[in-house]
Amino acid sequence: MTTATPRSAPVPGPPKPTPPPARPVPQASRAAGEPTTGPISVTGAQSLVHSLEAVGCEAVFGIPGGTILPAYDPLLDSTTVRHVLVRHEQGAGHAATGYAQATGKVGVCMATSGPGATNLVTPIADAYMDSVPLVAITGQQSRALIGTDAFQEADITGITLPITKHNMLVTDPIDIPRAIAEAFHLASTGRPGPVLVDIPKDVLQEQTTFSWPPEMKLPGYRPTTRPHGKQIREAARLIAASRRPVLYVGGGVIKAAADAELRVLAELTGAPVVTTLMARGAFPDSHPQHVGMPGMHGTVTAVAAMQKADLLVALGARFDDRVTGQLSTFAPDAAIVHADIDPAEISKNRRADVPIVGDCKEVLVDLIDAVRNEQSEAGGRPDLSAWWRQLDGLRETFPLGYDWPADGMLSPEYVIERIGAIAGPDAVYTAGVGQHQMWAAQFIRYEKPRSWINSGGLGTMGFAVPAAMGAKLGLPDTTVWCIDGDGCFQMTNQELATCAIENIPIKVAVINNGNLGMVRQWQNLFYSQRYSNTDLGTHKHRIPDFKLLAEAMGCVGLRCESRDKVDEVINQAMAINDRTVVIDFVVGADAQVWPMVAAGKSNDEVKTALGIRPLFDDDDAVTGLVIDHTDKLGGPSAHGNSEGER
Amino acid sequence: MNRHTLSVLVENKPGVLARVAGLFSRRGFNIESLAVGPTEVTEVSRMTIVVAVDELPLEQVTKQLNKLINVIKIVELEPAISVQRELLLVKVRADATVRSQVLETVQLFRAKVVDVAPEALTVEATGTTDKLTALLRMLEPYGIREMVKSGMVAVGRGPRSITAAAVR
Repeated sequence: MTTATPRSAPVPGPPKPTPPPARPVPQASRAAGEPTTGPISVTGAQSLVHSLEAVGCEAVFGIPGGTILPAYDPLLDSTTVRHVLVRHEQGAGHAATGYAQATGKVGVCMATSGPGATNLVTPIADAYMDSVPLVAITGQQSRALIGTDAFQEADITGITLPITKHNMLVTDPIDIPRAIAEAFHLASTGRPGPVLVDIPKDVLQEQTTFSWPPEMKLPGYRPTTRPHGKQIREAARLIAASRRPVLYVGGGVIKAAADAELRVLAELTGAPVVTTLMARGAFPDSHPQHVGMPGMHGTVTAVAAMQKADLLVALGARFDDRVTGQLSTFAPDAAIVHADIDPAEISKNRRADVPIVGDCKEVLVDLIDAVRNEQSEAGGRPDLSAWWRQLDGLRETFPLGYDWPADGMLSPEYVIERIGAIAGPDAVYTAGVGQHQMWAAQFIRYEKPRSWINSGGLGTMGFAVPAAMGAKLGLPDTTVWCIDGDGCFQMTNQELATCAIENIPIKVAVINNGNLGMVRQWQNLFYSQRYSNTDLGTHKHRIPDFKLLAEAMGCVGLRCESRDKVDEVINQAMAINDRTVVIDFVVGADAQVWPMVAAGKSNDEVKTALGIRPLFDDDDAVTGLVIDHTDKLGGPSAHGNSEGER
Repeated sequence: MNRHTLSVLVENKPGVLARVAGLFSRRGFNIESLAVGPTEVTEVSRMTIVVAVDELPLEQVTKQLNKLINVIKIVELEPAISVQRELLLVKVRADATVRSQVLETVQLFRAKVVDVAPEALTVEATGTTDKLTALLRMLEPYGIREMVKSGMVAVGRGPRSITAAAVR
């Protein structure tokens, strides 16, 4: 994507700004506390690189090209910003997200104008849905050419308008430090999200001055982090009065680094805790009060707890349709306390009885105090033993589980379970999207926040490999496992070459069932087992051969096809720490993700397996178990084909 | 569904109108009218947006608007405590036989004639939506050749300024 522009000789560099401290303080507050630099005379490109250094950016994932070329020249001289040359801009974006999700810092990706920028659209949309602090820097055609359909021109600020927290086109090089400071501040504060900074080529080339810190001008941006005392007291009153409470924990708890406070509140109240797909790890899976993940593929206990609750305390969660199922029948008896940093999330889907706008950490700290006060006034906490008896009964009757494939093939759930058991809770796990993602959310035991990284809101296939690469770059001493499907893996595996050349050794488990497994599962359940275009041929033809593909990419390629070899091959991968390892786990194609609530159906319709439907209409769910062998799960209402062929 | 008038103070920057308009369309809200122009503060523009929504979606659209970084402040202006005006320019067929009748209507509505041709008059009128609708109904029988209406602009009654509090 380069033009024929010759690379200019390095400009004699101006004095470098003071390198950032090794352990950076939260990036948002840096602009104010930073030692001042300048003004010094630089090019726009140098100003950009100085700004990235000053804001504490350690890593940039990107690919150069015509319009961003000027920025890559001073980047060569930077001693504090490491640039990782990826193979596709989508990989750059997801790697920046993986880095951000693993470390809590802002992830940065860079691309040239036109196709480079549009290739970032998917990871930007992904980061927007999952509230990831991401800064995307794109080159743009020179100012005079903007609007003329010039070579590699795309209106990327227009294109990313609905999928960024904010974006900007820098039209004067003097504004570059301010744009970068604002971008990092916006990305990392309030509800985090992606910010795109588009810089025309001639703005990068022009002579300007750089000084730091710049003054940020954001008159319309004042996120509320301190919760309202009255609302906190009201929430505490409801908690103290509730006999069937549930703490409904979302990704906001991890973003606010509030896991310790969450644990205090949970133990103080004795309430059951559910952690959503974005919140796995926010509360230890080993904790007796943890009843699992709620939602479409959540545990029966977690789903039932919410349906039966008299109070839901939502913390940094957004009542997503994958959690609520049919909204009108979701948690019908529950009062709702909804705490979120984003006021627009509160009462968006489900009306909150007690809305609390604030940072989850501050909310939890205040809530703990308020609940303590309520409890000391009431002389103790409410008796939840009847509630726990009900939930424990469900836990015992409907634990997560799986059957071995009838055809003797390897069970994908077993493979994932073993990876989790062997790599343990100190490892970081990334996943793509589909069956393997759900199994990884279900069968790996998460004990710590930021150990589970996946694409929740957008559901981006191909997320896992680049995200693992970014996570590993941010946490070089941590084992990073990428749990991927064979469909996902074929979308972004080119970044294995990046891992090999940049020495970012990740471990990839391809859960190879030869199919687009989740789509196949829906075809099995809702489309009369008519498998239209879901067989990838990775089983039938072994194309591609993932072992050979890994080796061609400079990685170690392994394969496992039988149960007795699973631990051995995982241990083999665990022993290799200087290279990326890819294991092709050839697993059965017919395994399905259970439990399941069909899309658009009520959570009351949760099924633990095909035809097995715990009835929640009765007071005692366990005795109300109905085994209905004629039932076909009931298709998504939109398709209206719940009566499948027999 | 009720009509609501939102006064939105925004940073006077390129692309802000697109951000606001795009937000309405992608979140599924219909804009009835939108007027934008400068304020007494050079860095601040003011949009007056009329939207027909129920109470709950209005809360959601206001919250979403507030999330736009360039949006500084949003105030809902209730008709009872604000002055709301639209501008109408209408070209009415009015030859010598009916001109005096048309002029009488124009006077009744305290509108004025801003252009005259042998067979048509152009009338300028300001007022509330209801008044302009009534005027148009009266002029319709003569034949409306062309008309254009501005979006509504509105300002709260009393001495308070929404810009003063928002921009310190």
